[in-house]
Amino acid sequence: MAVFAANAGAEAAKELNVSAIVMFLIFVGATLGITYWAAKRTKSAKDFYTAGGGITGFQNGMAIAGDYMSAASFLGISGLVYASGYDGLIYSIGFLVGWPVILFMIAEPLRNLGKYTFADVASYRLRQTPVRILAAFGSIATVILYLIAQMVGSGKLIQLLFGLDYEVAVFIVGILMILYVTFGGMLATTWVQIIKAFLLLSGATFMAVAVMAHYNFNFGSLFAHAVELKDVSIMAPGKLVSDPISAISLAVALIFGVAGLPHILMRFFTVADAKEARKSVFYATGFIGYFYILTFIIGFGAIVMVLGKPEYLDLAKQAISGGSPILGGNNMAAIHLSHAVGGDFFLGFISAVAFATILAVVSGLTLAGASAISHDLYSSVIRKGQVDSVTEMKVSKAATVALGIVAILLGIAFESQNIAFMVGLAFAIAASANFPILFLSMYWRRLTTRGAVVGGSLGLGTAVLLLILGPAVWVDVLGNAEAIFPYKYPALFSMTVAFVATYIFSITDNSQSAKEEQEKFEAQFIRSQTGIGAEGASEH
Amino acid sequence: MNKELVEQIKNDPNYKELVAKRTSFALILSVIMLVVYFGFILLIAYFPHVLGTPLGSDTVTTVGIPVGMGVIFFAFILTGIYTKRANSEFDDLNNKIKNSLKDI
Repeated sequence: MAVFAANAGAEAAKELNVSAIVMFLIFVGATLGITYWAAKRTKSAKDFYTAGGGITGFQNGMAIAGDYMSAASFLGISGLVYASGYDGLIYSIGFLVGWPVILFMIAEPLRNLGKYTFADVASYRLRQTPVRILAAFGSIATVILYLIAQMVGSGKLIQLLFGLDYEVAVFIVGILMILYVTFGGMLATTWVQIIKAFLLLSGATFMAVAVMAHYNFNFGSLFAHAVELKDVSIMAPGKLVSDPISAISLAVALIFGVAGLPHILMRFFTVADAKEARKSVFYATGFIGYFYILTFIIGFGAIVMVLGKPEYLDLAKQAISGGSPILGGNNMAAIHLSHAVGGDFFLGFISAVAFATILAVVSGLTLAGASAISHDLYSSVIRKGQVDSVTEMKVSKAATVALGIVAILLGIAFESQNIAFMVGLAFAIAASANFPILFLSMYWRRLTTRGAVVGGSLGLGTAVLLLILGPAVWVDVLGNAEAIFPYKYPALFSMTVAFVATYIFSITDNSQSAKEEQEKFEAQFIRSQTGIGAEGASEH
Repeated sequence: MNKELVEQIKNDPNYKELVAKRTSFALILSVIMLVVYFGFILLIAYFPHVLGTPLGSDTVTTVGIPVGMGVIFFAFILTGIYTKRANSEFDDLNNKIKNSLKDI
């Protein structure tokens, strides 16, 4: 994803793409219709946060996959395969392997213990105020970083695909996202995500099949042709994994970061019970794995069908730097391929799907951020739980509007900034602050409030500090010659700090409240394992 | 959940069986997944030429292609294995625990 944000580049706006705009308007019309339908069914805070808890495992699996298949990962990974071949596959595998671990460790206890946010679980037997504040802070930080990356990426993408101004593009995304979330809550957000996931998977399947059909569905011939056009290095690991420490640190961020992303964790509360939560991950892993195989084929397809073709060549860039650069940079490889296999009409379809993808992903993020503000900060910390469901929902909606405006403003403010590090930082914070607290609260009896707060804060602080001192910010953004911290991905170190600090500050906590918190573990563990006493499904 | 209920469930043999079986199963599968993935990454970091070796003399397809695709399928298959056992065996045990509470 970071790859995408880095390379989207400041491209001149293309001419207006009519078929793409018509198809996009159809999508917007349909999703606003869904929002209207969902708005009538969203009456309580529970409806707003969890779609009433009535989403099936299959639907939720599709929605989770949709959250994960952002425009950045679709275009970025296929662009990476197009540029470096096998490295793209290595990168995408990293994004997938966190899912089985979520299933084995997190999904069911999370569903059994939580209500609306992962902070419900983290603070289940600990002191509400400090743990909620920390968890909400971790959630909001993750959400905002992710949002900025998505907004900036989307502004540039839409500028390129639709010929709209950057500011106009960011504004449209922000307004539509506010409409979906404020009126339709989780129900609309989920269905927008499901529809988009279906469209994206269908479009990507069509492209992959069209490519493979040229080669009689023989991978060997496709690879042979691609190697002929590029060189043999695309079939082997390249520069992506350089030194083992960076490789392991990135792997840690990806695997455990997923298990700490608030907008993903929140999806587990939309299903009826642990069984459906479990099925959600099974389907999600299948869809995501399938999607990554498609992006791999699409990347190779772009090598054989886009590379060197005059209609996709960026002549201005070629005049300066030589080679055969494609219009819009490598991340446009999948978009150009859609034109190569399906003409203007299919190009319009894929462009519209890319736009839809951005909308769906930012909506999910905003809803997760709004829940952290309204449910964790307002309802649990400020009002100590003494608030009715309707008021809480109103606060959520206000928070959604506020986050939407913040996202638009930050999207515009960061237009020409180097934001490549932001998704990496979001994953690092998720892996170093959110995940350790969530995991230990579920499985470790001796966790205390003091341990969780100190460990989580240190994890978060270390992740931010090491990233600033590392090459991604210290060199690329601040322009220093050499990084103080040599590794690009801090998660291995910051997550270790979080676990060690949580451990030390918990076992040395001899306070009376610590003792009580440890005594409450048994009951919590029984509920997490059996679901006895868990938040029920639909209330109506 | 009150204290007696906690004690009762805690001492329920079905509960003990459920926790023991599920915990060890989840742990084993997680370790397998992590070993496979970190093995893959370390293989690339230390022996990059292994995955770059062609499968045969008449093809450009390298060992890395089936291995990489294999990791993706493997991840999916592991989720399937867990889900299947949890849907039957673990859910049956869980239902026994819940039913025994209804009798009181």
